[in-house]
Amino acid sequence: MRYSGFRVIAEALTGHKGWKPVWRDPTPQAEYDYIIIGGGGHGLATAYYLAKEFGQARIAVLEKGYLGGGNVGRNTTIIRSNYLLDGNEPFYEFSLKLWEGLEQDFNYNAMVSQRGIINLIHTDAQRDAFTRRANAMILHGADAEMLSREQVRAVYPWLNFDNARFPIKGAIAQRRGGTVRHDAVAWGYARGADMRGVDLIQNCEVTGMRIENGRIRGVETSRGFIGAKKVGVAVAGSSSKVMAHAGMRLPIESHVLQAFVSEGLKPLIDGVMTFGAGHFYVSQSDKGGLVFGGDIDGYNSYAQRGNLPVIEDVAEGGMALMPAIGRVRLLRTWGGIMDMSMDGSPFIDKTPIEGLYFNGGWCYGGFKATPASGWCFAHLLAKDEPHPTATAYRLDRFLKGRMIDEKGQGAQPNLH
Amino acid sequence: MIIHHPILGPRDAQEFVYLGDASLIDRPDGMTAGVEAFHEYLYQRTNPAGEHQELWYHEQGDRSWLVITRNTVTHEITKVELARDVARSRGRSQ
Amino acid sequence: MTQSHRIAGGQIDRSKTLRFTFDGIPYQGHPGDTLASALLANGVRLMGRSFKYHRPRGPLSAGSEEPNALVELRTGGRQEPNTRATVAELFDGLEANSQNRWPSLRFDALSINDRLNTFFAAGFYYKTFMWPKAFWEKVYEPIIRRAAGLGSVSREEDPDAYDKGFLHCDLLVIGAGPAGLMAALTAGRAGKRVILADEDFALGGRLNAETLTVGGAAGGDWAAGVVAELATLANVRLMARTTVIGAFDHGIYGAVERVSDHLAVPVIGKPRQVLWRIYSKRAILAAGAIERPIAFENNDRPGIMLAGALRAYANRWGVKAGERVAVFTNNDDGLRTAADLKSKGVEVAAVIDGRDGAEVIDTSGRLGLKSIRVRHSNGRIEDIRVDALGVSGGWNPNVNIHSHHRSRPVWDAAIAGFVPGNDGPPGLVVAGAAAGFLSTHGALRTGRDAAIAALGLTGAAPDLPEAEDAPVCITPLWHVNHGKGRAWIDQQNDVTVKDVKLAKQENFTSVEHMKRYTTLGMATDQGKTGNVIGLAVMAELTGRSIPETGTTIYRPPYTPVAMGALAGRSRGKDFKPYRLTPSHHWATEQGAVFVEVGNWLRTQWVPKAGETEWRQSVDREVLATRKSVGICDVTTLGKIDIQGTDAGAFLDRVYANTFSTLAVGKCRYGLMLREDGIVYDDGTTARMGEHEYVMTTTTANAVTVFRHLEFCRQCLWPDMDVQLISTTEAWAQFSVAGPNARKLLEKLVDQDISDAAFPYMGAGNVTVCGGLRARLFRISFSGELAYEIAVPTRYGDALLREMLARGAEYEPIVYGTEALGVMRIEKGHVAGGELNGQSTALHMGLGKMVSKKKDSIGMVLSQREGLADPDGYRLVGVKPVDPNGRLTAGSHFLAIGAAPVAANDGGWLTSKVYSPHIGCDIALGYLKGGNAKIGSRMRAVNLVGGTDTEVEIVSPHFFDPDGERLRG
Repeated sequence: MRYSGFRVIAEALTGHKGWKPVWRDPTPQAEYDYIIIGGGGHGLATAYYLAKEFGQARIAVLEKGYLGGGNVGRNTTIIRSNYLLDGNEPFYEFSLKLWEGLEQDFNYNAMVSQRGIINLIHTDAQRDAFTRRANAMILHGADAEMLSREQVRAVYPWLNFDNARFPIKGAIAQRRGGTVRHDAVAWGYARGADMRGVDLIQNCEVTGMRIENGRIRGVETSRGFIGAKKVGVAVAGSSSKVMAHAGMRLPIESHVLQAFVSEGLKPLIDGVMTFGAGHFYVSQSDKGGLVFGGDIDGYNSYAQRGNLPVIEDVAEGGMALMPAIGRVRLLRTWGGIMDMSMDGSPFIDKTPIEGLYFNGGWCYGGFKATPASGWCFAHLLAKDEPHPTATAYRLDRFLKGRMIDEKGQGAQPNLH
Repeated sequence: MIIHHPILGPRDAQEFVYLGDASLIDRPDGMTAGVEAFHEYLYQRTNPAGEHQELWYHEQGDRSWLVITRNTVTHEITKVELARDVARSRGRSQ
Repeated sequence: MTQSHRIAGGQIDRSKTLRFTFDGIPYQGHPGDTLASALLANGVRLMGRSFKYHRPRGPLSAGSEEPNALVELRTGGRQEPNTRATVAELFDGLEANSQNRWPSLRFDALSINDRLNTFFAAGFYYKTFMWPKAFWEKVYEPIIRRAAGLGSVSREEDPDAYDKGFLHCDLLVIGAGPAGLMAALTAGRAGKRVILADEDFALGGRLNAETLTVGGAAGGDWAAGVVAELATLANVRLMARTTVIGAFDHGIYGAVERVSDHLAVPVIGKPRQVLWRIYSKRAILAAGAIERPIAFENNDRPGIMLAGALRAYANRWGVKAGERVAVFTNNDDGLRTAADLKSKGVEVAAVIDGRDGAEVIDTSGRLGLKSIRVRHSNGRIEDIRVDALGVSGGWNPNVNIHSHHRSRPVWDAAIAGFVPGNDGPPGLVVAGAAAGFLSTHGALRTGRDAAIAALGLTGAAPDLPEAEDAPVCITPLWHVNHGKGRAWIDQQNDVTVKDVKLAKQENFTSVEHMKRYTTLGMATDQGKTGNVIGLAVMAELTGRSIPETGTTIYRPPYTPVAMGALAGRSRGKDFKPYRLTPSHHWATEQGAVFVEVGNWLRTQWVPKAGETEWRQSVDREVLATRKSVGICDVTTLGKIDIQGTDAGAFLDRVYANTFSTLAVGKCRYGLMLREDGIVYDDGTTARMGEHEYVMTTTTANAVTVFRHLEFCRQCLWPDMDVQLISTTEAWAQFSVAGPNARKLLEKLVDQDISDAAFPYMGAGNVTVCGGLRARLFRISFSGELAYEIAVPTRYGDALLREMLARGAEYEPIVYGTEALGVMRIEKGHVAGGELNGQSTALHMGLGKMVSKKKDSIGMVLSQREGLADPDGYRLVGVKPVDPNGRLTAGSHFLAIGAAPVAANDGGWLTSKVYSPHIGCDIALGYLKGGNAKIGSRMRAVNLVGGTDTEVEIVSPHFFDPDGERLRG
C-alpha cells in the first residue's frame, strides 16, 4: 500500500484499521535466482535494487534474527560523502545522492535530514589535510566548505573556545551531510523489496554453503537447504563466519564499536560535529537525544558490547569539546560488530567461487553507504561487473598494492 | 578486561595496546618468500568467533609483548604467554 | 497551608525544615525527603508532561524507575535536565522547574497533541512528511525538533568537578535491601573485603518502605542495625548514593557515587560525583524488584501510581498521596498498600482485585485523578471518587545488570516475571527479589547463601532473623480489555496498548521491531516499568508465549549517568596532559608563542619587540639562522638507544637501508617502512660504539616506532642480541644551525669539533661546560652547517641559556616549529604532510634507499604493482609563477586549461611555507609522474578557497641543492 499524508489522515479518522503488514513472513521456496544473506541495511537495499532497478525476480533475503537487527539498527545514523581518495569518493557521493531521493523512491519517510556535518580543525596540519580532502570532494562533484574559527563559533558559541587543550581553529563542512532515522532505512527497503516480491525470511541462519565444482548451488540454513543460482553475502561483522562456510579467509577483523545516546534534550546541536583532537563525534536526534560515539574498543570481538575505557574516553572528548554537557546524562550504550578491513575501505566483489559474491569490510562507516552498497552490489550480482563507482572495492587489492587507506594507518584494522 | 601478565600478575587491559592475530609472529623470510606469502601473512585473517590467539603489548608496563588466548564471543581469557616464548616455540630465532 | 499531605511516621527529620521551590513557588520539606515526596507532602501531584502528547503527569514510582516526574533541577551551569524528582534528595534552597511544557505546566499549548492523538499513532511519521521533498529539513523537521526533547541545557560550563577512582574487594554487593544487607553481613563478619553499594541515600531498600518486621523489629530498624554493624567493620565499605551502572568484563563494575548532589553546592575540594571502577571477582546482584503497573484507559493521571510507591510515600516519607485512595491489584502485595494506608488513617475507598474479576476501566481528572471507573466482577460499573490510586501488576525482578553480558532472562510463571538466566557475567550471582525471591525471608536467606557460596565460606554464618515468607499469589493481568481509549504502557514516551496492536497489525512483531517502531522502552527510564507489559501484550496478540516473545537487550548504564562523571578530570586544559620541552620555561619568559604538537607544547616562534605579525618573527628566525646561527629545541623527537651484538643486524631488518656497515662515530639517515611497504618513519641513527646505536624518530611516531621495534625484537627475532630503551625523556636535545653553529658550540664543547675532527654526519659522546656528558650529532634538517646536541634533560634549560650567553657574539636566535618547517621545506625534507601513511619511498624520491640485498620490514610488499607505478606520485617542489602568487597546502594540481574534475586531478600540495630566502611561497607536493614534469607549469587549484594559481614544478630541493652549506 502506498503511504501518503492523505492516507495517514484517513486511517486516523477510521481507527487505523486499514494499515497492512509492511512485509510478509513467507515460507522459503526450494530455490531462488538470488539469495542475499543478511537482512540488514545493505542486504535489504541489495534485494530492493535488484528487483526495482535491475528487473530481477526470485530473490530471497535470509536473516538469522530480525530484519534490520544488525548495524543498521545500531549506529549513529550519519550520512556524508566527505572522503578523500579516488577509490571512495565517487561511491560515497553516489550514495549521498541516493539518500537525497530515497524517501520518494521507496515511499517511506526515513527522515533523511541534511543538516550538515562539520569536522573541527585543531592544528595547521589538520587544516592542510582537510583542505586536500575538501578539494578532492569538489573535484568529484561533492560539496565542501572550509569554515573559520569565527564561523564555527557563530554556530556553536558554547563549544570550548576559551579554555581548550586543543583550540578549535576552524572546520571543514559538508552541508549535504546529515542524519537518517536508521531503523526506517531498513524498514523502508524491506517494505519496498517485499512489495516487489522479494521473500524476506527472518530467523533463518545460514549454516553452510553447498559448493560443487567451484560453483555455488545454495545454502544450508536453520530452515533447511535453499537452492540459489547466485548468492550475495552482506553480513557486516559476521563476514568471516559466513565466508568461512565457503572456505575463504578475508582481510577483515571483527571489532566492537560502542555508540551512545543521552537523555532527550531540547535542541542543542543542529548538525553533525566531529572533534578533531579526540575520539568524539555527535549529533542530536529529532527526538532530542545526543547521539555520539568515538573509537572502537580495539580488540577482536563478536560480543556486541564494550568496556568502560572507551566509554570514558568518549565522554572525555565530549567534555573537552562541550563543557556544557557535564550534567547531561548518558542514557544508553550499545555495541555492534564492525567488519574492519585492512585499509578501512570496503569490498564489493566476486569471489573465486562462481556465483558467490561478497559485500563487506565497511568498518564503522557502513550506514552512510547503505543505498550505494545495495545498488552497486545489485549491479554486480545482476551484471557480473562492478558498478562504475565501486571498481576499486576488490578483494585482491592488497595483493596488488592498491589499498584505499583514507587514514594512512596500514594493515591494522583497529586503527582505521 | 584484566590480563594476567605472566610476570606481573593481573593488570587492567588499559595498560596494554592491542595489535591483532598472533599469526603476525609467523613472518615469512623476505629473501625467500614473495609478495603472495607476505600478502597472506599480513592481510588475511581467520577472525574466529571463539578462541583467538592475539598479540598485546604492555606499553604502560614492562614492554612485554604477550600472546593472549581470548574468546572473542565471551572475552574470557584462558592463557597468557610471553610472545617471545611463543615465537621461539614456533621456531623463530634470529 | 504547608505540607497538607504530611502524615505521621516515616524516616524524615521533622526537626529541620528545608525550603525549596518548584516552578518558582516556595514549599517546605524535611531532611530525608526526595523532591517528589516533598511535593506530594505539599499536595502537588502534577510534576511533568509526557513526551509526545504532553499529558499531565505525576510520579508513578518512588524510585529510579520513574518515567514521569522529570524536572530541571538547579539553574545556570548547574542546571540538570530530566532529573527524576523521585530520587532527587531534598536540600535547603533547591530550585526545580518543570520542563517540556509551554507556557506553563498547568497550561501546556502542546497538549493539543493529546487531542489530536489519533493522528499521532505509532510510526505515523514514517508514512508522511515526504512531500514536497524540500519541506522535511525546512518545515516539518524544525517543528518536530522544537517540539521534541525533554529538558534543556543551559549551555554554560558545568562548574562542578568530577573524579574517578578504583576500588578492589572480595565481594561487591549491589543493592542494600534485605538480601544485600544479609550478604554483606555474612561476608563482612567472615572478614572479607566487602563493598556494599546502593543507589539510595538510605540503605535498607524496601525495608524502609514497608511495615514488615525482621527479627521482631521494624524492617527499617533492623536494616539500620545491620548498617551500623557493617560500619564498624574495617573490611566493609558502605557506599550509599552509589549506583552500579554496569557489569563489564572480568569482574569490573562501573559505579557512580553522587557525593554532593544532596547539597546546594559541593563542599570546597569535593567533586560532585565520582566514577568508580570496582574490581571484584565476585559480586552479588541484590537489586530487588521493580513493580509494574497494569494498562487500563487513562491510567496515567497524576495520582495514579504503583501500589508499592503509594505505600512507600506513606511509610518512609510520611506522605499520603491522596485523601481518599483506591488500590487496583492482581496480587497479594498490592493489598499491603491498602492495609498500610488504612492503618495510617488514610481513607481507602476501594480495593479492586483483578483476581476476582474486578478491573479499573477508566479514570477522570485532567490535572490529577478525581475518580476511577470500576467494572466489578458481576459487570456492574461504578465510579468511585478517589484522588490517588495504587496499581500493582506484580513485580519484575531487577535483572538488568545480570543481563549486561547479553544473558537472556528466563520466564518464571510462578511470579509472572523474568528471572535471571544462568549465563550472566562470570562471578555475578543474584539474590533476593532480583532472583525472584520476593518474600523478606527469601531475600535474607538467598542473600546469606549467595555470600557463602560466592566466597566459599565455611565458618558460622549469621542466623536468619525471622521474617515474612508470604508466597507470591498473582494472576497475570497486563491490560484491561475495555473500550477504545488509550491505556498507557510506556508513560514517558506515550506508548499505549493501541500502539502495540498497530505494531502487530503492521507485522512489527519481533520484540525489537515493536520497541523500535513504537519507541516502547526507549525513554529515560528505559522501560523499567513498561517493557514487560508491552511484550506481554504482543505475546497475547501473536498467540506466542511471553518467553517466546522474549525481551529486548539490557544495556549499561543501569540508570543515566552524567557525562561529567564519565569524563572525570579530563576536561578543559586537563583533557590531555601537556608534555613540555626543556626550553619551555625559557620560552615562556621570552613571550614565545606555543603550538600543540600531539601532546607536546612546542615553541612555534619567539616574537621580538615590535613584531606584530607572525611572519615577521618567522622570517627573522629563518634569515638569522641562515646568516649566523639559530637554536631549536628538538627534544620531542623520539630517541631510542639500541644496544647488543646484533644491534646493527637488527637495524638492517627494521630500516629499508643498511646500518650494519655504518662506521662508529657516524650517523646516517634512515628510512623505516611498515610491513605493507609504505613509509612509516624517518630519522637519523648514529653508531655510538661497536654494539651501540642511537635512533631518532619523528615526534609523531616516537611511541609507535618503539612499540614496533619491540614487536620485531620479541616476536620476530627473539634470539637476536639486542636491547632497546626509549630515551626521549632522558635527553634534552637542541639543533644548532647556521654558518656559526660550530663556533658557538666550540664555546661549550670540551672536545675538538673542527670539521676534520667532527665531520659532516659525525656523531659521538662529548662533554660540555667542563665535564657534563653530552651527545653531539652533526646532522642538519635545515640545510645549514648544523649539529644536534643532547644533554641530560635536567640540564636542558641551562644548556640553552649557556649557548645563548657564551655565543652572544654570534647573535644566536631561538627558532620555533614554523621556522623549522620553512627551512626543511626549503631543503625538500619530508615531514608530516609527506609522511602521510599513504606514500612509498618511491613517491618521496627515496626509492633507491630500499635495499633488496637484505630482508627488511616492508621490502617485499613495497614491490607490489600498485605501489611501483612509474607514473605514480612523486615528490616535487612548487613555486608560483608570479612571485606574489599565494599557495595553499591541500590545493590540487591541474594542468593548465584542464577542467576541475577528478579525472584531471594531478595530485596535491602537501606542505607550504613562505620562503624568505627565495622570496615567495614555496611548497612540496605529490604529483603524478612528477619527475617528468619538473620544469613545466601547472595550476595549484584550491577550489574550496576559490584560488587558482599558476605554478612551476621544480626540484623539491629549493635551497643549496648540492649541500655545500651543511658540509661547511
